[in-house]
Amino acid sequence: MKTLRLLAVGWYYQFKMISRSPFEGIGQVIYPLFFATVAFFIFRASESPRTLLYAALGSAVMGMWSATSTTAGNAMQRERWHGTLESLVATPPHFGLVLLPITLAMSTIGIYCLVATLALGRFVFGIDLTVEHPLLFALAIVGAVVSFGSLGFLFAVSFVRFRAAWALGNLFEYPVWLIGGFLVPLVLLPEWVRPISWALAPTWGMSAIREAALGGSPLPDLLLCLGLGAIYVALGLAMLERVLSAARKRGALALS
Amino acid sequence: MAVVEAQDLHRTYRTSTGTLRRKWMNVEAVRGVSFGIEKGELFGLLGPNGAGKTTTIKMLITLLLPTSGTARVLGYDVVKDPREVRKRIGYVFGGERGVYERLSGYDNLRYFAELYGVPPKEIRPRIESLLELVGLKGREDERTEGYSRGMKQRLHIARGLLHDPPVVFLDEPTIGLDPVGARELRATIASLAEAGKTILLTTHYMFEADALCDRIAVIARGQIVAEGTPLELKRGVAQGAVVEVEVFGVPDGTVERVRGLQGVMSVSVEEREQAQVLIVQTGADVELTHSILGALNGANVGRISRREPTLEDAYVALVSEE
Repeated sequence: MKTLRLLAVGWYYQFKMISRSPFEGIGQVIYPLFFATVAFFIFRASESPRTLLYAALGSAVMGMWSATSTTAGNAMQRERWHGTLESLVATPPHFGLVLLPITLAMSTIGIYCLVATLALGRFVFGIDLTVEHPLLFALAIVGAVVSFGSLGFLFAVSFVRFRAAWALGNLFEYPVWLIGGFLVPLVLLPEWVRPISWALAPTWGMSAIREAALGGSPLPDLLLCLGLGAIYVALGLAMLERVLSAARKRGALALS
Repeated sequence: MAVVEAQDLHRTYRTSTGTLRRKWMNVEAVRGVSFGIEKGELFGLLGPNGAGKTTTIKMLITLLLPTSGTARVLGYDVVKDPREVRKRIGYVFGGERGVYERLSGYDNLRYFAELYGVPPKEIRPRIESLLELVGLKGREDERTEGYSRGMKQRLHIARGLLHDPPVVFLDEPTIGLDPVGARELRATIASLAEAGKTILLTTHYMFEADALCDRIAVIARGQIVAEGTPLELKRGVAQGAVVEVEVFGVPDGTVERVRGLQGVMSVSVEEREQAQVLIVQTGADVELTHSILGALNGANVGRISRREPTLEDAYVALVSEE
C-alpha cells in the first residue's frame, strides 16, 4: 500500500511538472500531428477506410513512443540540471520506486499524442475511427503506456550512470518506429530484424491496440506487452543498485 | 558512542585532461579525516573552498563512497547500510539548485514528505509547522522559480526536516545570502540545536562557526588541521600579533618575501576599495613592521596598524600553513 502510494504521488508530481513545461509541451503537441499528417497523406492512396485507421493508430503510437523515448533521457538530464538527482538518491526508498513514476509520467504524456492524432484523423482527414472492442482498446492503451514507461525506466537507469546517455533515447526513437511495426507491417521487414521487434514491448503494444480497434484478439499481444514491461522493470531494478554504486564511486551524481 | 563518526576517511577522484591523448590523474579531495560528533552537538567543519568539506559531508550522507576509511551515523555504516542512514538524517545544501522550480513550495515539500515516508496523516501539519519555522508561510503556493535565493535556502531547510531526523547535515547553508537572510537562517539553525538535533555544519565563514558551533574542526587541503571549541582555537593563536599594512598596488612576489621573514606565521591580502591590505600574523614578542615595509620594495603604503589576533586570524593561519 505504502509502495503504491509512493508510486502514485511520485507520478502525480512528475506529471504536474512535465505538463507545466511550455517547451517540452510544444514538441509534444506539434510532432505527433506532423507524423500523423504525413502518414495520412501516404496511406490516403488506399481506398480502404480500415487502412487509414491502421495508419492513424500507427502514427498515434509513434507519438506515444517518441514522448517516452526522448523525454526519459531529458527527465534525468533535468534532474541533474536542477540539482535534484542527489536529493532523490538521498531519500530512503529503493531508487527504482523513485525513478519508475518519473518515466511513467513521461509515457502518460503519450496518451495525449494518441488522442490528438486520432482527433486530427477524424476531424481533418475524415477517417472513420470506429473501434470494434472499446474496452479492450482502452486496456491496450493503458498496457502500452505502462510498458513504454517500463522501457523508459530501463533507459533512465543508464542515464543515472552516464550523463550523455540521453542521446541514447533519441537514437532509439526512429528505429523503433520501423521495427515496432507502427506503419510498416513486420512481415515486410528482413527476417533477422524480427527477433529484435519481438523483444520490444512497443511492437506488442501496437499490435494489441490495432487488434482491439480492427476486431481481432488483442489479449495475447497485450499480455506479451505487459510481460516484457515487467521484464524491463526487473532488469532495471537488478542493474540499478550496481549503477548507483558506480555513480557514488565516481562522484557522478552531482554532475550536470 | 558518537552519533556521527568518521575514521580516516579518504576520497580520491580520477580525472582526465586532453581529448585525444587523455592523461589520467588522481586528485585527493579528502586525506584521512577523522572526527566524532556527540548527541545534541553542533559541530562545525570549517575550511576554504576546495578544502574537502562537501566531499566529507557527501560521504557521510551516502552520496559518495569513501575510497578508504569508515563512517557511521547512529551506528549505521554509510557504505553498508545507506538506506538506514538516509532514514535518520536530513541534509541541506547551500545554493539555489535542488528544488523543483515548476512546483510550488508546498508541492516540493509534499513530494519529499512521501519520499521520506512521513505518515499520511502527519504530512499536512508537519509541512505547516515547517513553513512557519522557516518563514515561508503565506508563500507556499507560489512556484519556487519565483522564490528568492534566501527563500529557496529556507525551503531546503524545511525539506531536510520533513521526517524529523535526529541528525542534520548543513552544507554551507548561508552561502550567497544577504546579511539579513543569513542572520535569520543562523537563528533557525540555532533553534534546531536547541531542539536537541545533532548537527554537522560546514561553512567557510569563521564568525558563523564561532557563533553557532560547540566544536569546530578546521579542514584544509583534505585534512583536519585543528579541532576544538571556538575558545580553544582562539587561545591557540592568542600569543601572536597581527600587522596590517595598507598598500596601493602590492608588488609581485611580496607575499612570498614577507612569508620568508623570520617570525611570520601567515600572510594574506585583502582587497579594500583602491587599496590592498597585507595582513601578516607574527609570533609573540616579534617586531616585524620594518622588515615587512622593506619587503614591499618601495610600494606606496598607507595606514599601518598592529592588533591582537582574532579567531579569523587563527583560521587563516591554519588553512594557509603549507
